[in-house]
Amino acid sequence: MNYRRELSVALAIVVLGVVLALARPAFFSAENLNDLFLANMAVLVCAVGATLVILVGEIDIAVGSTFAFCSVAAGVVATSGLPLPVAALTACVAGVVVGAVDGALVAFAGIPSIVVTLAAMIGVRDALRWATQGAWIENLPASFQWLGLTQGSYPMAMAALLLVLIVSATWLMSETAAGRAVYATGSNRRAATLVGLDPALVVFAVFAIAGLLAGLGALINAARFNQIPSNGGIGLEMKAIAAVVVGGTAISGGRGTMLGTVLGVVLLGAIGPALTFMGVSAYWERALHGAIILTAVAIDALRARRAVPTVTAARAAAVSA
Amino acid sequence: MTLLEARSLTKSFAGVRALKGASFDLRPGEVHALVGENGAGKSTLIKIMTGAETPDGGTLTVAGETVRRMDPHTARALGIAAIYQQPSLFPDLSVAENIALALDGASLWRRVDWGARRRAAEALLDRLGAHLDPNGAVDALSMPEQQIVEIAKALGARARIVIMDEPTASLSDREVSRLFEIVQRLRADGTGIIYISHRLDEIFTLADRVTVLRDGETLVTREREGLRRDELIHLMVGRELSAVYPKRAIEPGDVVLELRGLSSRASGLSDVSLSVRRGEILGVAGLVGSGRTELAETIFGLRPYDSGTILVRNRAVPIGSPADAIALGIGYLPEDRRQHGAILEMSVAANMTLANLRAVSPRGLVDAAAERREAARFVERLRIKTPSVATEVGLLSGGNQQKVALARWLAIEPSVLVLDEPTQGVDVGAKSEIHAIMGELAARGVGILMISSELPEVLGMSDRIAVMRGGRIVGQVERDAASPQEILSMALHS
Repeated sequence: MNYRRELSVALAIVVLGVVLALARPAFFSAENLNDLFLANMAVLVCAVGATLVILVGEIDIAVGSTFAFCSVAAGVVATSGLPLPVAALTACVAGVVVGAVDGALVAFAGIPSIVVTLAAMIGVRDALRWATQGAWIENLPASFQWLGLTQGSYPMAMAALLLVLIVSATWLMSETAAGRAVYATGSNRRAATLVGLDPALVVFAVFAIAGLLAGLGALINAARFNQIPSNGGIGLEMKAIAAVVVGGTAISGGRGTMLGTVLGVVLLGAIGPALTFMGVSAYWERALHGAIILTAVAIDALRARRAVPTVTAARAAAVSA
Repeated sequence: MTLLEARSLTKSFAGVRALKGASFDLRPGEVHALVGENGAGKSTLIKIMTGAETPDGGTLTVAGETVRRMDPHTARALGIAAIYQQPSLFPDLSVAENIALALDGASLWRRVDWGARRRAAEALLDRLGAHLDPNGAVDALSMPEQQIVEIAKALGARARIVIMDEPTASLSDREVSRLFEIVQRLRADGTGIIYISHRLDEIFTLADRVTVLRDGETLVTREREGLRRDELIHLMVGRELSAVYPKRAIEPGDVVLELRGLSSRASGLSDVSLSVRRGEILGVAGLVGSGRTELAETIFGLRPYDSGTILVRNRAVPIGSPADAIALGIGYLPEDRRQHGAILEMSVAANMTLANLRAVSPRGLVDAAAERREAARFVERLRIKTPSVATEVGLLSGGNQQKVALARWLAIEPSVLVLDEPTQGVDVGAKSEIHAIMGELAARGVGILMISSELPEVLGMSDRIAVMRGGRIVGQVERDAASPQEILSMALHS
């Protein structure tokens, strides 16, 4: 595996950082970094799930709706007076349920994932709108906020949680048989069948895990506020997918790393606030996201066209590496 | 006057020479048959004539004019049309619309004259003596009816050269005679027809001349009159067995794989019985489409079967998935390496251990050091040319990719290996190495079932040869008693 994409994205982040450090040092104030982190941690958790889904060659555009559903579910349980762990568990289970249903329809019924998750995206969100009548969940118990921690310690705890999540996801993907199965399924489903793997099971499991992560993301995000909106997570799926693509995961599956996704989240998450700090209208943020995605994908396409794989080229690369 | 003349055409794919010098001419009002074994170069030749492939060398002349660059558009403009075994129509459009797409296209924004389209389609179908509703959707038509639409398209495009590639493969006898009438009609109109078929009967019924292709070269063109069937078969195969195939002298042991009356309606297999013993190579010969690959996939659990029994080491076993087959010690190297064999995005080492993940990952955790050791062992044993075991397989040459795919099965210590066209598309050096590996595996007691379209390979490598036709085993011969003529005539319709 080569880490060329990860290096380019890291380089882009460094360049952005240097420019900001020179021009707008205030960007690196603890307060701003803290805000940035809190605003993007849910994106990161969901992007880890999206990486898995895209690695097996599928897509999940229901993440935002699942996220909203899980937030509300956790909020309802919390306001009913049940203890915090039950609320936390509810968010995760709700995510697994949505993910597993989507996954079963994709893996076992053979319906294209874009269709299944489009239906889930609309269906879950509208069901939620109907169930809550658009009302937000209020009067959350004090214990729910910051998940029992304090405003000061929460970001630290979450940073630790995310670190554990990313390290273990990276490790699972590269060091376990299950990780192999994910890559094999994504790069060539037929060949994966031929070596005795069960690609349908892999796809199903990946959707369920992505659902779980959407639930976890919903939980840690909801704990930041004293109200839970019934229409949260709008556009979250696109943020997650964009980060995965920028991070170098092939949209056709089979190739990509968690590290790339993390870097993708950092780059895309930092660019908007950076614009604000530089005095550029924040309206440019989305356009810039689009440009970054297009650049990343265009570089891939050009490289694929130029590179004619031969043993000699590989040898040259191996020698120079 | 010749309609089309090909002279010394050559074409290589990734270093493998598919055409080494094909020369051929077509006169107006004749049916010219092209015959040859699988892989003789017939499809490549057709692809060049229709502009789907560009030749590396040689010239193509149509109606006296040399064509500098043939592409599908030029081919159409020159009146060349091809009809394949599988019709390529737009299933959601009507018969008339499908035919209209072949008619002269004016500007993109012209108005569509639906009435004129329908009348044109009707006129063309009439010329073919076909009674099809021009407004009917194509996907409601039967296979032969779709083929008639294809021919009508060719007529509509004012084709003077019609190439038919195995047009009868999916037709019933009655439909075949209808098709023959149409071919006679086209011939009477002065159209030149290039006719490709494995069915010698058809060639002797229809053809005016016959050209034999062998190993990418046009061997001879003969008038059909005076050509004998056995003579033609001899021309198709007649070649000395080369010495690259290692002859092995291994005493076969117990039966490791046995099939008893295996039938599957869905896969077109009927009553297949055969056995493979320890240290034996059973060659399975037959034409493309004779059910060989379907048989291999059934043994490996990729296709279900309706009746019959599979026995592994004399025990009847249910095989419902590749995982079952692997657990029983069966390995399967599929035909299409790029699509189904090695996983090109993964490293050499990861590919090799993929079918045997449990061995290198006790408790689900991959032991990277053990994996590298195992992979390095195979790289050395199979002489795989790769910069390292961490290199992506997609960067290796075809022969080396095939060896990686093979190594994956060696890693499970198989008792049965099913190899489907194990040396297709690999270069000569890698080919003889793969043959040597097969010989070595047999010597270690693996029972091998080898499907191959290459008769010399079948004859050189196998201890016994089973010939398939139409989903059945139509004959089994010992190697010493086998002749290429005999095998080919069993495989062909005769």
